[in-house]
Amino acid sequence: MLELPKRKNPVLRTRLPTLPPAARSRIALGLTAAAALGRFELQQCRDCGTVQYPPREACQGCLSIRLEWKPQSPEAELLAATVLHHSNDLFFRERLPWRLGLVRLDCGPTVVAHLHERVAPAPSRVIVAAKLDRAGQAVLVALPDKEANMAEDRQLREFTCDPKFRKVLVTDGKTALGQAIVKALAAAGADLIWVGYAEPWKKFAGFDELKPLPQVTLLPLDVTDSKNVREVAAEIGGKVDILVNNAEYHRTYGISNRPGVDTARAEMDVNYFGLLRLAQEFGPAMRSRGADGLASATAWVNLLSIYALANFPPHGTFSASKAAAHSLAQCLRAELRPAGVRVINVFPGPIDDEWNQLLPPPKITPAALANAVVKALQEGVEDGYPGDVAQEWLARWRDNPKALEKELST
Amino acid sequence: MSRRGYEGVAVAVPVTVPYVRYSIRAAHWWLARCLAELLKGCGLRKEDMDGFSVSSFTLAPDTAIGLTQHLGLSPRWLDHVPFGGASGIVQLRRAARAVQSGDADVIACVAGDTNHVDSFRLTLANFSQFARDAVYPYGAGGPNASFAFLTAYYMRTYGVKREDFGKLCVAQRDNALRFAHALFKKPLTLEEYLAARPIAEPLHLYDCVMPCAGADGFIVLSEERAKRLGIGYARLLGTIERHNAFATDPVQMRAGWALDRADLYEQAGTGPQDMDFVQTYDDYPVISVMQLEDLGFCAKGEGPAFIRRQSFTWDGSFPLNTSGGQLSVGQAGAAGGSLGLVEALRQLTREAQGRQVKDAKLGLVSGFGMINFDRGLGSGAAILGC
Amino acid sequence: MSVLAQLATGLAAGKIRVVDLTETLSPEFPHISLPPEMGQAWPFRIEEVSHYDERGPAWYWNNFSCGEHTGTHFDAPIHWVSGKDLPQNATDSIAPERFIGPAFVIDCSKQAAADPDFLLTKPFLLDWEKRHARIAARSWVLMRTDWSKKSGDAVAYQNYDETGQHTPGPDTDAVRFLVEERDILGFGTESIGTDAGQAYHLRPPYPCHYYMHGAGRYGLQCLRNLDQLPPTGALVVAAPLKIRNGSGSPLRVLALVESR
Repeated sequence: MLELPKRKNPVLRTRLPTLPPAARSRIALGLTAAAALGRFELQQCRDCGTVQYPPREACQGCLSIRLEWKPQSPEAELLAATVLHHSNDLFFRERLPWRLGLVRLDCGPTVVAHLHERVAPAPSRVIVAAKLDRAGQAVLVALPDKEANMAEDRQLREFTCDPKFRKVLVTDGKTALGQAIVKALAAAGADLIWVGYAEPWKKFAGFDELKPLPQVTLLPLDVTDSKNVREVAAEIGGKVDILVNNAEYHRTYGISNRPGVDTARAEMDVNYFGLLRLAQEFGPAMRSRGADGLASATAWVNLLSIYALANFPPHGTFSASKAAAHSLAQCLRAELRPAGVRVINVFPGPIDDEWNQLLPPPKITPAALANAVVKALQEGVEDGYPGDVAQEWLARWRDNPKALEKELST
Repeated sequence: MSRRGYEGVAVAVPVTVPYVRYSIRAAHWWLARCLAELLKGCGLRKEDMDGFSVSSFTLAPDTAIGLTQHLGLSPRWLDHVPFGGASGIVQLRRAARAVQSGDADVIACVAGDTNHVDSFRLTLANFSQFARDAVYPYGAGGPNASFAFLTAYYMRTYGVKREDFGKLCVAQRDNALRFAHALFKKPLTLEEYLAARPIAEPLHLYDCVMPCAGADGFIVLSEERAKRLGIGYARLLGTIERHNAFATDPVQMRAGWALDRADLYEQAGTGPQDMDFVQTYDDYPVISVMQLEDLGFCAKGEGPAFIRRQSFTWDGSFPLNTSGGQLSVGQAGAAGGSLGLVEALRQLTREAQGRQVKDAKLGLVSGFGMINFDRGLGSGAAILGC
Repeated sequence: MSVLAQLATGLAAGKIRVVDLTETLSPEFPHISLPPEMGQAWPFRIEEVSHYDERGPAWYWNNFSCGEHTGTHFDAPIHWVSGKDLPQNATDSIAPERFIGPAFVIDCSKQAAADPDFLLTKPFLLDWEKRHARIAARSWVLMRTDWSKKSGDAVAYQNYDETGQHTPGPDTDAVRFLVEERDILGFGTESIGTDAGQAYHLRPPYPCHYYMHGAGRYGLQCLRNLDQLPPTGALVVAAPLKIRNGSGSPLRVLALVESR
């Protein structure tokens, strides 16, 4: 059981972040693509059904090139285990001893996997999952059972962004979603939660309920104000382990039903430039703290929208601003990667709030979305599509982006 | 059509370029030294040599063909065999056929690598696509981790103990003390073996080869030519090679030898009991045991009992890895695949000095190479006689 | 000595003080808020262009953005629908002499302290005239509430609750009196808006905007330092930026005050 890390001696050197080996062949990135969504998929031959691992270009059973990434049973047997006391790689060298297992999947292949400390000695049954490591690449992990929590394991905690014991900034505490995120983070064991709020004179329901939470510190933060963002980053940036950017400006206009660019500009100012300002001011400090002990800087969560994938014309300019934010988040992901800080993009469908009043259900509740954010942190995924609408849009988009565009434009 | 034998093929001039732990030289330097020693050993100029075979991990971006210009060679037969520990046997097999067919008369087979301070890590990181995708990101333990799995599984399945592996390692160290080029020059006791620090459990320090720089080589030519040159030689009596055997075994407990050993002994007209010595590929002791089983010296799973029954020094009941093997000489990259071969030549040409196996007439050499993902893919063996 | 020479001499000798009635433009300064579905004024925002650095090695400068109605600002008649068709109703077309006028400062600070919804009435103005002087034509009438002393605290300055904003301002009769019976240049306040926070509920809604602009008069808001002005005798200079067809603009409001 992990315990709250001791307070850091502020004059000790903070070690520089290192990453596990990140090089992969292009075909192997299929494992990463699934793991980014929290899925365990291996290549399977369309012609003979053979499941393949390691990833390859042609079927080892029948030489067919029709290999498809398919969800596979995670059931497996641990054949043999080892504990590394030596490694040629800096990341692992700093974390020795390190447990590994040779695991036979029930679906066929034998794989090498990181081993959870609760796994019984070989031979024993395990559950294999594909997880993103600190380099943002997929690795296989052997867990004792389906309930096993990676964060309880000293070695596998490195692959999660678990908020437990961590210090979190939630950029907007004035929305129902922001408040739900704060409460979910507190329930997940966050050590300290800074909650930003803009335009403090405007009253918002529920805001006062945050004040009594012992973890919460409220602070004025307006992501449209560069100077303010810079000052807040100067004040707390060196301590933020997880930044949840949920600040959002949402109006429900397309191009022709709202004259002028003012509203669209306001959406861009919060949704896109807000992210840019935060990234410029908080990014450097977080990059420097990627290896700061058990509670290192670990994740950056962006509240995007499923409309970032394909424009929803009734909310057209909002969709565009989220698409811009998505693109920028990819840049941020690349820039934070050397520090092992994960950028998690959350793409919800319509949230049950004022600005989606006229959209029919289902709409994701703030509480459900907040739980999805915390779960994404705990499980170390990179992209989340919480809710039925988001899942359906994602499925349609993956199936045929052009078809989705046509469906949305009618 | 039945397979043609290896009649008339001679293997000669065992060369080891003395190993060093680290070298600031390139692989070319080591291979050049090896070739020069080979030519000196048979009294030929490089212009007289018309076949050349190379194995190396660290020659990149060059291959054998670039080396011809680098070294000023003009062979009419050229081979590059990047198969790691299986290379030596494979180089020998191909060269033997070239000599038999007349494609080349005198073939120099060289294998070697340099070892800079960081080159082992770089070799591991880029060893293969599967290793890069599915092994190296898991702790970057290299072959230590892969063999730790096999060792743990073997120990659990067949009841072998660390003391058994230790017996092999201690015997080989005894042999190495009589081989001038071995990097390990101090005796090893079983107590020291057992007390060594863990590397990748259950492997400990003396279970693991030490990467180093060096080169080994030999000459393949016709018996007739060898006689004219007046050099000692061994005859090639039989040889096998197999890759990716038993691919569906969940964990590697056997390799191609188990599939092809009958063929091997039939070619040579001998059996395991006829061997005067054996040189296994011994990067980890479990692999030696696997070879002894697969090559028929004992049944599968009886390795532990076999170890307890035999002694493995040069003058023991079952002389094994008589120069000390890689575990005591060092692993000079691809040269590890030829280390046993050159030692077999020394034994059969009576050049083994203080560790000469008495009346050695027949010896078996095996090779094993390329942990591409979770297991070694290539296996090969040769029986040499004098 | 000419009048202007006397003015210059008086300024140089310190006999005429210049009182700055302007709030500092900064992102933190509270801005007007409308219901979220409506169009919004841009708050004041500022981005550094360069700071003697790789973006400009020897110079420092900023870009800023804001709405016409940001910080201490001027309202032109065209701002309101009632003044939309008047001549000379925009920041660029108003005759420049109309930016300068004597100030009549109505001290409501005690009343506003007691009641943030305080409304300045015609009787209050008549009473004030009895005690001080009749409000002159072509003058600025400035409603002193000391509300600007809250401007460092955005929440107190905006003073919102569940029923909206609560800040002092004039009632309908007071505005009509000043326009129709005193012919003033314009009306100035210390809070956001020349109208009271709850003026939406007056008839007509926002009477100061409606009548003042409907009669071609001006507004000044977010003023400060009114407590440094005498009830009468100060001269106010309040010239907005010359924005083409502008409805208003942030500006520097200066008052000239003779030392006694």
